[in-house]
Amino acid sequence: MRNRRLAICSAVLLAVGAMSAAHGQNYAPVTAARLTNPEPENWLMTRGNYQGWSYSPLDKINAGNVGKLVPIWSYSTGVTSGHQAPPIVNNGVMFVSTPSAQVLALNAKTGELLWKYKRELPEDFSALHNTNRGVALYGDKVYVTGLEPVVIALDAKTGKVVWEAKMENYKTGYYSTLAPLIVNGKVMAGVSGGEFGVRGFVVAYDAETGKEVWKTYTVPAPGEPGSETWLKADTWKRGGGSVWMTGTYDPDTKLAFWGTGNAAPWFGDQRPGDNLYSSSTVALDPDTGKLKGHFQYHHNDSWDWDEMNAPMVIDYKKDGKDVKGLVKPARNGYLYWLTRSPTSIGFTSATAYVKQDVFKSIDGKGRPTYNEGKVPATGKKASFCPSLWGGKDWPFEAYNPKTGMIYIPANDNHCGFLEGKVQEYVAGKWWTGVDIPDIGFTVDKKPPYLGDLQAWDVAGGKKVWNHTFAESMMWGPLLTTGGNLIFAGGTNDRKFRAFDAKSGKVLWEMGTNSGITAPPSTFAVDGKQYVAVVSGWGVDAAFQQGLINNLTGWKKDVPEGGVIWVFGLAQ
Amino acid sequence: MQPALAREPNEMSPQAGDRLVYVQGDRKGEVIKVKDLTLGGPLQLAFPMDPNSKTVRDGNRLNQVLVIRLKEDDFNSETKPNTAGGVVAYSAICTHQGCDVSQWKGDKGTLLCVCHGTEYDPKDRGNVVFGPAPRRLPILPLSAEDGVVVVAGGFRGKPGFKDM
Repeated sequence: MRNRRLAICSAVLLAVGAMSAAHGQNYAPVTAARLTNPEPENWLMTRGNYQGWSYSPLDKINAGNVGKLVPIWSYSTGVTSGHQAPPIVNNGVMFVSTPSAQVLALNAKTGELLWKYKRELPEDFSALHNTNRGVALYGDKVYVTGLEPVVIALDAKTGKVVWEAKMENYKTGYYSTLAPLIVNGKVMAGVSGGEFGVRGFVVAYDAETGKEVWKTYTVPAPGEPGSETWLKADTWKRGGGSVWMTGTYDPDTKLAFWGTGNAAPWFGDQRPGDNLYSSSTVALDPDTGKLKGHFQYHHNDSWDWDEMNAPMVIDYKKDGKDVKGLVKPARNGYLYWLTRSPTSIGFTSATAYVKQDVFKSIDGKGRPTYNEGKVPATGKKASFCPSLWGGKDWPFEAYNPKTGMIYIPANDNHCGFLEGKVQEYVAGKWWTGVDIPDIGFTVDKKPPYLGDLQAWDVAGGKKVWNHTFAESMMWGPLLTTGGNLIFAGGTNDRKFRAFDAKSGKVLWEMGTNSGITAPPSTFAVDGKQYVAVVSGWGVDAAFQQGLINNLTGWKKDVPEGGVIWVFGLAQ
Repeated sequence: MQPALAREPNEMSPQAGDRLVYVQGDRKGEVIKVKDLTLGGPLQLAFPMDPNSKTVRDGNRLNQVLVIRLKEDDFNSETKPNTAGGVVAYSAICTHQGCDVSQWKGDKGTLLCVCHGTEYDPKDRGNVVFGPAPRRLPILPLSAEDGVVVVAGGFRGKPGFKDM
């Protein structure tokens, strides 16, 4: 069965691979040095740099002229559902991954298709999120996860499969959507499946051969450090802590930072203890996978607050002193300033950036105490703010070193309630401790606003401005640039916008084919700057939109279907 | 895409005469009888079983069905001929992205997909009443013999979803 499927895949690739001959000669190999210091004209990884800033120094498109932005080309992906990958660009070649495990390679200047890869999924495969969050580049290859929990290496010039590595068995609930993170020739990736009773891990493969180099579980086995935080026997085996967003990397400390999902099932009383390393950031040595440090945002989660996004690597000032730091707006509704060293992650401060009624206090090490009435449990209903989608979900925040601000695609004025029950574990089936109809989500009939783009001064720790959306959530990952701009979609009116990074003023906007939940990127070819984004609404944004329509009486209907858009200044 | 090669008995789609057995719970593996099912829900997940060889057709997830017992008079005229003693069976694979349709929304009387919240009406041939799925759930015609639920024919429609 499996071999037959691979054979069919290869046949499809051969047919389209021939198209690539024209550009194949000039493909610029991606080296470790280029990934450490990416050229401004390229967008070589999901968040633009290892530090996760989603920032480009390009400034030909800027706050003074962005009003003249016009579409240059567009290209249909042929797929519906939620598109969540940025256009990745290397010397004029663009790579876009889409739902249903597809990769498109295009001429970044013209939109001409160079090659297309489509993985044929098993007929009985299913995933909670059938999206893909981007490709990674290294050498002459393109790396992508396959929705099935596999990492695939493609020839960047032809799209042909070079190697394929199976991370886990999809029949037990594992799947994978993240962009790999590549450091020193190690291709790191992780797995989704927290709603199906998986045990999360990060795994690394040799970039050339696909041979597994190491695998580090986010939930320790008995006897390993952290196992003492799983007090009930065997709960660790299906303990969650999935890894579904790409890590960041600090070339100074040589540590990769990975975010982890909540523990499984959803209710803390079913797995007593702090449940390390769920809802945490872990610091891993990319060469060995060894755990060098961790920070848990909240222990023994009962709110489905994954902390899947790795923090941004940012040095900031605290009380006049330079701090080697990490900054992260967490799903739990708090914004964290942390410290990093080769052997630890430390806590500096945290402050709520949306309405949050669960934490009573946070101590000097960053550990919260909970309002017990806000902690759902088995047979105990509790309401809490923000809802399970958090102060922000996965869409990327950004940091602009020129403004000294970080930008957060937040959602406020929404709450939830849950009551747990014990669900029988059946491999590959929903196993959260709550049925879907019983997941509570509440917003006021007339909320003041939901989506909330926020700007915070990193050094001062204060909010500088915000831009609210009265009738939409904000599901748009951010891009900020040296041109004093922020680009983002994320709203149910299908718009793509440019904001003034210093003031938050909307400087330009345009309606697209669908809603945008993908990260924008920017690049230059032949000296001309472009801004690119994929519009294609779906998965959680669409599901949540349906719930909000019911609660508020809105009639927002966002059409699905993916299109790559590339913009530039009118001549 | 269906492989052209012949399938093993445990992979074959539901056949006329098959019984249905519980997928999980205390009765896992037992043959489902009409009166075992609570009137008005919730639904139960099941796999078909060849009554002669006792082969459970769980070798292909697309064979998973849901069964639920409702008031016989509540089914519409297109649906009722496919039911037996108030019991109706549908493919339990969502036509949106292939997730399990395994939960019962009692207040609305709909069958719910666990991934993206599509709701199907069991009284109206599995019609989509909410959510992103593009088409109804295939119904599996039933009859009853001595109170035992029996498959009366193959799925009406193709179970599963279309990948792109």
